[in-house]
Amino acid sequence: MSISQPIPTHDHTQIELGFLRKYIFSEDHKMIGIQFLFSGMIFLFLGGALALLVRLQIGWPYGNLPMVGNWFPASWGGKMSPEFYTMIFSMHATIMIFFVIIPWLTGAFGNFLIPLQIGARDMAFPKLNMLSYWVMWPSFILMLISFFVAGGAAGSGWTAYPTLSSAAMPDGMTGSPASPNSGTGQVLWLISLLFAGVSSMMGSVNYITTIINMRCPGMTLMRMPMTIWAMFVTAILQAMALPVLTVAIILQLLDKTIGTTFFLPPAGMAFGNWHTGPGGGQPLLWQHLFWFYSHPAVYIMILPAMGMVSDIISTFARKPLFGYRPMVYAIAGIAGLGFIVWGHHMFQSGMDPRLGTGFMIATIMIALPSAVKTFNWLGTIWQGNIQYTSAMLNALAFVSMFVIGGLSGIFMAATPVDVYIHDTYFIVAHIHYVLFMSTIFGIYAGVYYWYPKMFGRMMSETLGKIHFALTFLSANATFYPMHIIGVGGHPRRYFDITIYDTFQHLQPLNAFMTVAAIILGFVQFIFVANFFWSLFFGKKANRNPWHSNSLEWAAPSPPPHGNFEGNVPSVYRGPYEYGHPETQEDYLPQFEPNGPKDTPGGSH
Amino acid sequence: MGSAIMLWPEQASTIASQIDTLFWFVTAVGLIFSLIIGATLVGLAIQYRRQSETFVPTPVHGSTILELAWSIIPLGLVMVMFFWGLFIYVDYNRAPENAMEVYVTGKQWMWHLQHVGGQREINTLHIPTGRPVRLIMTSEDVIHDFYVPAFRVKMDVVPGKYSYLWFEATKPGTYDLFCAAYCGTEHSRMIGKIVVMEPSEFDRWLTQSADRSLALQGRQLFQKLQCITCHHPEANNRAPILEGLYGKRVQLEDGTTVLADEAYIRESILYPKKKIRAGWKPIMPTYDQQVTQDELIRVIAYLKGLKQGETPPLVQQSDAPAVKDEK
Repeated sequence: MSISQPIPTHDHTQIELGFLRKYIFSEDHKMIGIQFLFSGMIFLFLGGALALLVRLQIGWPYGNLPMVGNWFPASWGGKMSPEFYTMIFSMHATIMIFFVIIPWLTGAFGNFLIPLQIGARDMAFPKLNMLSYWVMWPSFILMLISFFVAGGAAGSGWTAYPTLSSAAMPDGMTGSPASPNSGTGQVLWLISLLFAGVSSMMGSVNYITTIINMRCPGMTLMRMPMTIWAMFVTAILQAMALPVLTVAIILQLLDKTIGTTFFLPPAGMAFGNWHTGPGGGQPLLWQHLFWFYSHPAVYIMILPAMGMVSDIISTFARKPLFGYRPMVYAIAGIAGLGFIVWGHHMFQSGMDPRLGTGFMIATIMIALPSAVKTFNWLGTIWQGNIQYTSAMLNALAFVSMFVIGGLSGIFMAATPVDVYIHDTYFIVAHIHYVLFMSTIFGIYAGVYYWYPKMFGRMMSETLGKIHFALTFLSANATFYPMHIIGVGGHPRRYFDITIYDTFQHLQPLNAFMTVAAIILGFVQFIFVANFFWSLFFGKKANRNPWHSNSLEWAAPSPPPHGNFEGNVPSVYRGPYEYGHPETQEDYLPQFEPNGPKDTPGGSH
Repeated sequence: MGSAIMLWPEQASTIASQIDTLFWFVTAVGLIFSLIIGATLVGLAIQYRRQSETFVPTPVHGSTILELAWSIIPLGLVMVMFFWGLFIYVDYNRAPENAMEVYVTGKQWMWHLQHVGGQREINTLHIPTGRPVRLIMTSEDVIHDFYVPAFRVKMDVVPGKYSYLWFEATKPGTYDLFCAAYCGTEHSRMIGKIVVMEPSEFDRWLTQSADRSLALQGRQLFQKLQCITCHHPEANNRAPILEGLYGKRVQLEDGTTVLADEAYIRESILYPKKKIRAGWKPIMPTYDQQVTQDELIRVIAYLKGLKQGETPPLVQQSDAPAVKDEK
């Protein structure tokens, strides 16, 4: 049953806000969503540049880097130093995960779409929503400052495993004996992620409350678009998993600053002749706490994309989503299983093998809901009337990349195989197929699809298709060979593999991947150009340019403050009524009554 | 099968072929599914492309039979993978009783390897073919990972605890040893080699490089560190005699019992007050920071083989040659 909307007493149509209130400290969910979108885009390019530097080093190890070499300090001799390398691969992952993907999916799309798609005028807590964006800024700034402190930004991997990350000099000495960039940089990294976590938590409680309480008349749970279901489940995941990460971060912060020993082993550690003194903790404890958040986080980084893609595929296939209820159950299933599989990151950590068996069966079961989702997407386009817009192409690319990423995940679930490929480039290939290629194609699909609603103009389809084709090719050329060098035994996070004779024959492949990655990076400028050109010169969009069914298309493009003119709409049916027999058109929106039996909140 | 593919390292252990077979099974399933799904996706995408603006597709909302089909078939396949994998995983974790033990200490950025016979190696491990080898591993500083691609084995080496790994080499040769867990600046230079020899050749190597056995070195430490002053039958019952301790269950003060394994012995040396044996006073001082990881291993190796009536006489204490410090 839906709960009715509080009737707005003030007039929403025209409230003139100053520039600062409208664009900067805005409480409007649409503007906050767009802010998340823009800051994510900035960090996408920073994270991407770091990735290219990593690839340059692997492609031409320790070589004199053309052009780039001139930016390095003279003392490095135009070559990359190992400390710099460890710093950039750590920061690449950190920035992409915490500053790009999570804020884009939940911050940008969650904020923009939730109220519009459930027929609410705004989020349940608009001020909290504004705060959730502005708390990201201390996080951004601290992370950027950390590049310039002594030792550089954090260099212990995005996983920050103690004792490498947590070993700290006592007696007020700065730095860390373990690695030069796990000193001050690591402290800033921890504080920065604390802020990012607070932001995510504010967002997720807001989303949960809004979706439960603010649905418009007739919007029952089983009439919600998949995007909303995905955002809802994601928000629950975040709300439950984040406190654990927050605790872990605080514990590591205490270890590093006031000398507690949560992650320091009882015997202490010896670095040459220097001894840390005894601790009382367990390095493995961090891994359990970290992955208890970060495994669900992997689903936080893909479920919203799955939801958006479901909506987009249904719209452009002009077909109802195949198996709506199984799709909802599959999302819930992935999320539920997501909480009991964190140990599969630790099969080789020395944990008890009996525990490993439990994680193995739980992990392998994730194949089922994932299969259900994939086949239902295929069922949706079957017998459709498919319209190949840029959004649809990206959505279909999402499906195919998710198939590859999902199937390569089974290798890790089968523990003995994981024994071999763990910590090799196979893992790097897998995570990038799931989190880079699936999610980014999902995000691009979402941008192309909802851009008219966000900015009231259409993006260029020609540029969109060129961008799609080049991204698809170069991304696969970058990441697919990583599977091959991974099963060849190529370990990840190696600064220089040419010192091993064993890997000499992989070097041409590595160089090839680097070239593909550089192309991939530059191709993204087509997207940026399209995005900003269309902002000013794109064709004006009408209310419902894609002839879609869900509620956001009832609002003007772009929607005014308060979203809907007059009363909030009422909902009469599910969001996927394409080819409905009672109408001439090939679609029947949720918000349009069709005959006398359609009363708001009626049967569904 | 391995050499058929240029990129794949050779199989040089008993478990390698088992893991590879499972790998190929998962690969086959993965390839078949991605081909089926890929072909279907492309086929449907072409077949059902928009041909007219006015065509209205028949709405289909789902099919229970299909949903069941594409849940149950993958379920069957992943269950096969699970039980197959479990079978190998159990094997992988259970070292044979007769395994030859080698103690491994990882530190930034090298491997210390100690044989039971007392032979010490750095970054190179000599082992025979046809004989299971069990590694007892710890780290002095950060987490490392002992990874031998040709053996298809990998295990983290964690400070503050022992982890275990076993394998049985099948082919003589020299194989790469990598550190697979990111361990700091010189991670990629933590280079090692495993030298696999024919058993007869290995025995020759062992004799040539024999020092005093690990247990003998441990015995000297046992005296040098004054352990013997209390853990001795003539010491007025100040501390328990440690003969035959290893592998037994020990009754603790709080009523629980604990298995006297490497981890227990190590903890009792470093933190004697953590687990007090029933009937004894907590008077032992801590040896934390007074012994290195390598020395600990030697004392443990000594205690593991200490049998009834073998505790050395107290008088030897002053005669014991000083143990050479390798640092």
